[in-house]
Amino acid sequence: MSILVILEQHNGQWHRISWETLAAGQQLGVALGLPVEAAIAGKGVEGPASEAATRKLEKVWAVEHDLLEQYTADGHTAAFEELIRKTQPSLVLFPHTYQVRDFAPKLATRFSQVLVSDVIAARNDNGLVLVRQFFQGKLSGDIRPGGSPCFASLQAGAWRADQLETGSAAMETFVPTLDASRIRQKPEPPFRETARAVDLSAAGIIVSVGRGIKEESNIPVVRELAAALGAELAASRPICDAGWLPMERQVGSSGQTVAPKIYIAVGISGAIQHLVGMKGAKTIVAINKDPNAPIFEVADYGIVGDLFEVVPALVEALKKAKG
Amino acid sequence: MKIIVAIKQVPLRDSHFRIAASGKWIEESDLSFEINEPDAYALEEALQLREKHGGEVIALCAGPERAQQTIRDALAKGADRAIHIETQDLNALDTLGVAQLLAAAAKPEQADLILTGLQSDDLGAGQTGVVVAELLGIPHSTIIMQAEVRDRVIRVKRELENGWFQHIEMPLPVVLTIQSGSNKLRYATLMGIKKAKNKEVKRITPAELGAESSAAAKIEKIYAPQKSKQTQIFEGDPKAAAAQLVEKLKFEARVL
Repeated sequence: MSILVILEQHNGQWHRISWETLAAGQQLGVALGLPVEAAIAGKGVEGPASEAATRKLEKVWAVEHDLLEQYTADGHTAAFEELIRKTQPSLVLFPHTYQVRDFAPKLATRFSQVLVSDVIAARNDNGLVLVRQFFQGKLSGDIRPGGSPCFASLQAGAWRADQLETGSAAMETFVPTLDASRIRQKPEPPFRETARAVDLSAAGIIVSVGRGIKEESNIPVVRELAAALGAELAASRPICDAGWLPMERQVGSSGQTVAPKIYIAVGISGAIQHLVGMKGAKTIVAINKDPNAPIFEVADYGIVGDLFEVVPALVEALKKAKG
Repeated sequence: MKIIVAIKQVPLRDSHFRIAASGKWIEESDLSFEINEPDAYALEEALQLREKHGGEVIALCAGPERAQQTIRDALAKGADRAIHIETQDLNALDTLGVAQLLAAAAKPEQADLILTGLQSDDLGAGQTGVVVAELLGIPHSTIIMQAEVRDRVIRVKRELENGWFQHIEMPLPVVLTIQSGSNKLRYATLMGIKKAKNKEVKRITPAELGAESSAAAKIEKIYAPQKSKQTQIFEGDPKAAAAQLVEKLKFEARVL
């Protein structure tokens, strides 16, 4: 009986949710009275594993194999399946990354379990209860997992990495028995489409636009607000998918992560994929016609109303305040 | 090439949700439903692959009677036939339970390719496709933007985080989960709608598929999210609300 935390890194670079997940593991370890172990898979992962071993943990597993050099769903699933059968944890925690989304459901299926994905909170209430969102963040729900092990992936920003306790953990190398012929995905090196011309992460003020803008011909409405504030213009994914603004202006899990002084979300409902990219902003303003839109949960200030009336009024008010 | 597209019917995105008396799910009786948006992109990708390579597109959908409408829409857009797994209560199953039904229905078809959206707009678990692949013993890849098929090998463009991408090759058959926005969605034509009426929709029940219902994870309670912040809301006259907001940004938040 233990908690196993799966960590993620790419070419020696830690995925930042790894540390948040480890902090969650430590806290749940206390709440459930379970020892906590961590694991990282790859080729040459003893360095990263020894870094993880400076945290308060029972043990860190370096899951080491030449066939894990490049990530594949088949390779990672097989490697972690073997480790889990050996160590028999009752709870396996993952950072909710694109990579985890690619293999963790497969891994859970091997144990006739499901992955409880994108978890935002967890507690011990006569056993483990996990909280996740439904309907694009409009509702939350308590999930009671059954069977063992329980698999859960944790949302970015839901736990704080700065609450990690330091310590000293034993480190052990685990070499899974992988077979090249059973790894069916042949990955090529990752690439970027174009050099990024716009660095939104440096912007002090961002005006961001979502589906509520309805048509491409309405974009000038928000452009004017951005001009009045001296702000960069950004967008949620559907706007960039439609080609109304260039991809490089997309904020969210597949776009840029920003932390400006002011973030004004116009007609953005606030799906989690967007929120993870902007919830670090100092002051968040939301303008939306739906008072139940999840964007209002992270907003400091909100105007509930028709953006086509509110935004021009805001431009006027800003001009007056400056004038 | 034989392509199965797994589609799901979900409530309209801008629905106002009320919690059902059980406290475990939403009240569905007053909602309108549509195809899950990522699944619409999966259907589009399937139709484009058929146009390039020939073959057949089969829409596969698990859901109650009302899912017929979503199935008809898929047929009207160009799917050749459909399989409807009639389940009165899809929400009583977890992801594994739903994937077991889909895999059991897909298996005898021996398709070259199974496509589905990367996640559903209602549950958002984002794993049905991956689990179906594992149950069928075939490879998968997720969050796919493009797919090219040549000589029984598929090369896909997979989205990574922060604007990165990667190409991956796999031998057919495979399961892919398709990212939204990867293509432009087509509309059903009048001719398409007319033709859809005569297309085959095979109805099967979970019992006929021999699937046992499992629920490794149960929803205990569903509720409005707890706010992480105190939000000051300005409502009413847009001009007054805008003036109040500017005032607050200037003197309270001191960010202007």
